[in-house]
Amino acid sequence: MNPILLAPLFLLVAPLFGGLLTGVDRVISARMQGRVGPPVLQPFYDLGKLLQKDVRPVNPIVEPLLLGHVVFMALSGAMIVGGVDLLFTAFVFALAALLLVLAAGSVNSPYSFTGAERELIVLLASEPFFILMLAAVSKVTGESTFAGVLASPERVAPILPGIVLAFLLVATIKLRKSPFDISTSHHPHQELVRGLTSDMSGRLIGWVELAHWYESALLALFVLLLVNWSPPLALGAFLVVYFLEILVDNSTSRAKWQLVLQSTWAVTLVLAGGNVLALFLLRS
Amino acid sequence: MSFFSRSPWILHYDGSSCNGCDIEVLACLTPLYDVERFGIVNTGNPKHADILLVTGSVNERNIDIIQNLYRQMPDPKVVVAVGACACSGGIFARAYNVQGGIDKVVPVDVYVPGCAARPESIIDGVVQGIAALEQKRAKVA
Repeated sequence: MNPILLAPLFLLVAPLFGGLLTGVDRVISARMQGRVGPPVLQPFYDLGKLLQKDVRPVNPIVEPLLLGHVVFMALSGAMIVGGVDLLFTAFVFALAALLLVLAAGSVNSPYSFTGAERELIVLLASEPFFILMLAAVSKVTGESTFAGVLASPERVAPILPGIVLAFLLVATIKLRKSPFDISTSHHPHQELVRGLTSDMSGRLIGWVELAHWYESALLALFVLLLVNWSPPLALGAFLVVYFLEILVDNSTSRAKWQLVLQSTWAVTLVLAGGNVLALFLLRS
Repeated sequence: MSFFSRSPWILHYDGSSCNGCDIEVLACLTPLYDVERFGIVNTGNPKHADILLVTGSVNERNIDIIQNLYRQMPDPKVVVAVGACACSGGIFARAYNVQGGIDKVVPVDVYVPGCAARPESIIDGVVQGIAALEQKRAKVA
């Protein structure tokens, strides 16, 4: 399909995908805890309500920053499928995440501010990996675009096992799953109450949620880049990864930020960095 | 279409409760009652909440806190008073430091009687709160 058409398609389909994924996540989490859980469409009801609710912005800059967060998150996915250079999209992705930090940091609430600081730390932990991953994918296939990687005869995941393993760890951060959900959690019962979104109300939380759905879809695209020879297999792999994340989320307690940063950097450096180093030594 | 009835988020505040009603409120979240079936979430943050659920009576020290929590909640919002103490002050009504029920300081929409209120009646009270929430939304919109 024409990449120019794929970009708007991503903008439309990604929120549906991310919302459904969150709904299934909540049902599976509830079943793991011996509960029935909400309807699968619950995230859409929640978003609908949040958009209808009155909003109490604590300052005039929060909402523009959050809208920027949504737009750039959506844009980074649309740019990937639209055929923009993969490395470039990694930086747009980082910018989107940074806008959320700025929004949460712009208010006076100590919970929100601590959430923003912690989000910055997890950003510091996860972003180097994504740049390394996209660079490695480009190196393996010799292609720098999404369509190019998918069309490449080279199978990415078997050549990059270290990157795949590191991806599992970093996905925990990006999907905001325990033990790495230090900045904010889908479950409200954490020591920061809701961390990043403490001082946001009404549609402001809605924007954060919408951006997270785009982010989930973006992670699915990354899995597609790794499992580039078969899109159905990639979707299956993503769902398996997501199930494992739910399992980990329900069976671990929250880690301290030092552990998050150290473990992620160690894994990124050893597994992903080692993988890339081996690739460059063996292939060039 | 309104989504309020499908996604009521609750803020639970313990006034000066003996913790009997609080335990029953928490029991609503357990696998036996599982209020998340109805999209109900216990938020712990007034800015995210639609329903303020108060247990225990109002005393001199928590008047400001209850009013502050209520003011921080964005509209539409409802208040559910859970248990005899939250409804009227209960057996502590004549104590020197007790003002009375929650309706002395914020407007209450639903009264859930009981000492302690049973989880079934708390869920019933929240469902009536949802109906009040819908009415208020219709007025706001």
